[in-house]
Amino acid sequence: MSNKKAGVLFKDTPEQKKKLEEVIAAHKDQPGALMPILQQAQDIYGYLPIEVQTTIAEALDIPLEEVYGVVTFYAQFSLYPKGQYKISVCLGTACYVKGSGSIYDKLQQVLGIGGGECTPDGKFSLEACRCVGACGLAPVMMVNDEVFGKLTADDVEDILAKFGA
Amino acid sequence: MINLKINNIPVSVEPGTTILEAARQLGINIPTLCYLKDINEIGACRICTVEVKNAKGLLPACVYPVNEGMEVFTNTKKVLDARKKNLELLLSVHHKECLSCPRSGSCEFQKLCNDYGISDEHVYEGEKNEYEIDDSAAHMIRDNSKCVLCRRCVAVCRKYQDCGVIGPIDRGFKTHIGSAFEKNLGEVACVSCGQCIAACPTGALQEKDMTDDVWAALSNPEKTVIVQTAPAVRAALGEAFGLPMGTNVEGKMVAALRRIGFAKVFDTVFSADLTIMEEAHELVERIQNGGVLPMITSCSPGWIKYCEHYFPDFIPNLSSCKSPQQMFGAIAKTWYAEKMGIDPKNLVVVSIMPCTAKKFEIGRDDQAAAGVPDVDIALTTRELAKMIKASGLDFNLLPDEKFDEPLGIGAGAGVIFGATGGVMEAALRTANDWLTGTDTPAEKMDFSAVRGTEGIKEATYTVGGVTLKVAICSGLANAKKLLTAVRNGEADYQFIEIMACPGGCVNGGGQPFVPASVKNFTDIRAIRAKALYSEDEAMTIRKSHQNPAIIELYKEYLGEPGSEKAHHILHTSYVARKRY
Repeated sequence: MSNKKAGVLFKDTPEQKKKLEEVIAAHKDQPGALMPILQQAQDIYGYLPIEVQTTIAEALDIPLEEVYGVVTFYAQFSLYPKGQYKISVCLGTACYVKGSGSIYDKLQQVLGIGGGECTPDGKFSLEACRCVGACGLAPVMMVNDEVFGKLTADDVEDILAKFGA
Repeated sequence: MINLKINNIPVSVEPGTTILEAARQLGINIPTLCYLKDINEIGACRICTVEVKNAKGLLPACVYPVNEGMEVFTNTKKVLDARKKNLELLLSVHHKECLSCPRSGSCEFQKLCNDYGISDEHVYEGEKNEYEIDDSAAHMIRDNSKCVLCRRCVAVCRKYQDCGVIGPIDRGFKTHIGSAFEKNLGEVACVSCGQCIAACPTGALQEKDMTDDVWAALSNPEKTVIVQTAPAVRAALGEAFGLPMGTNVEGKMVAALRRIGFAKVFDTVFSADLTIMEEAHELVERIQNGGVLPMITSCSPGWIKYCEHYFPDFIPNLSSCKSPQQMFGAIAKTWYAEKMGIDPKNLVVVSIMPCTAKKFEIGRDDQAAAGVPDVDIALTTRELAKMIKASGLDFNLLPDEKFDEPLGIGAGAGVIFGATGGVMEAALRTANDWLTGTDTPAEKMDFSAVRGTEGIKEATYTVGGVTLKVAICSGLANAKKLLTAVRNGEADYQFIEIMACPGGCVNGGGQPFVPASVKNFTDIRAIRAKALYSEDEAMTIRKSHQNPAIIELYKEYLGEPGSEKAHHILHTSYVARKRY
């Protein structure tokens, strides 16, 4: 299990804060308010860190654990921001049979994070994706918009080094 | 009335009755696992599944209401096979170490597997989740590899105790019970009440077993090991030895402790009486000198921790009195140690408590009157039962013996501390005599309004020209309601008793396990409390200030209630704690 306690340093702007307050005020007294609030909070911040979840729990007078339980239940919610370098590994059929699974594993091991997570310095985030349309280059990974193909697990460290890991 | 047939037997029940309850009226017990009446009615585990004529698939009896003309079958081959399969699937991800599991024999899951004839526990062997054991809290451990995801712990934490620090995380195969952001129990605002342990059907939640430390102390020739037992323990310990619920086993418990090897067997009732002296004095002082009111009792360490985490603005309202457990230790290591010529460093004070929060309390700051911890080891009623069994004692054949003097002398007032309203009643008995300057027999005073298991009770008494408005509450969700009312100026009490566990200490998180099949249909709080009220009624000394050992203690050592010495030894302080 990854370390969910060491989150990325949270910074919010007064505008984001104000928007969240408005969203909470708009839904607070409705039954089932938690889902729409979480969805819109994620739109505001891009993810749902402990600070945002705590604000929501306090405003709705429900346990933080209840909020966290809902956030981890639905795949649409993320606990982590996207990193400065967003890494996606294709786990589509062609890439997968060519061994992209071991590239994905290697990235998790080197970066010390799981899929969907972000390194504590905010530099790299990692996710799996389905076909990027470059099956001829399988197995493929992307760092932001740059595509790297015909990979083996041994290439991972060199690629990360290019981005200052 | 609704008319239906269960296993071809006709029965009439009130509308809204579930199949489970209707079957019970016919003496048919449908098995359950996740179901806890009123607080966890989620129909999740599918163990209570039954066949209903013309219904699509099997139905969960625990939550399904009866209909007119319904025909229910509770033990067809189809039903039995389904239950068995559900149990086998739960077993496939269960950490099966039943021989060494502390719940062996009291595990509800194990019983179901036996009852339904599971012959191959490895039939669906496959992938399992790996979990680390969480032993970060002072009072308990969590082993998710034995969790059946019934969510009974989640329900009691949220609904009884308003803490909600645990809940289901993730989904599907990865679902597990934990705290927000995977924090450990020791890092979140858990109040240590142990109600989750009492609710757990398996060994996933357990108290931190300290019995080995007690055995080690007992076999150390340099140590004098004495023991105190809380009033609620005698009302429930017998259950661990097959005695009916509500049997008072005080005499046999004392005999057992002596045979285990404790140098002296004392009674927390003594220090409950002492608490009344100090607390009543503090209350009068606050009323006369314009102190912070309402004053709130401080006997329940689960409540104290809740106040510190969730209502820190009420810390000035808390009585500064240590709890009876801690007062006992403080007096044992000062007055008693001096009297007996024992170095307090070599005096080991063990307490037997119905409570898991007492394990947290012994490590609090400002609980060391003699420069060493007031209490060294706090065991639950369950751990005591374990020690008695390990000693080879035949509990039911033991003679009835008496507590040792002087710290084993108690009044009836201290005995009823174990039930919700007991502290209030004990305080009122003493306040009545002090304020009227009389000696009114306890049986002549009517304090029935403060008795009973309702979550919030209130009463107004006028004694000796003073009108006292009081409230009593048990269960922290009720405390939240009451404190919110006080905070909003909707209630003006002078004195409030709060106990963390619903019904008070008799229903504490450290009491012998009661399976849900019994708990769902029995008010264990009332039955155990009755044992204490009966003991009180049969006693000649029923008021704390008339306890001869208490009179001697003040005369010889402390002076007056609230004296500087009493303050140093018997009072403590509190600290605001983080909620997140």
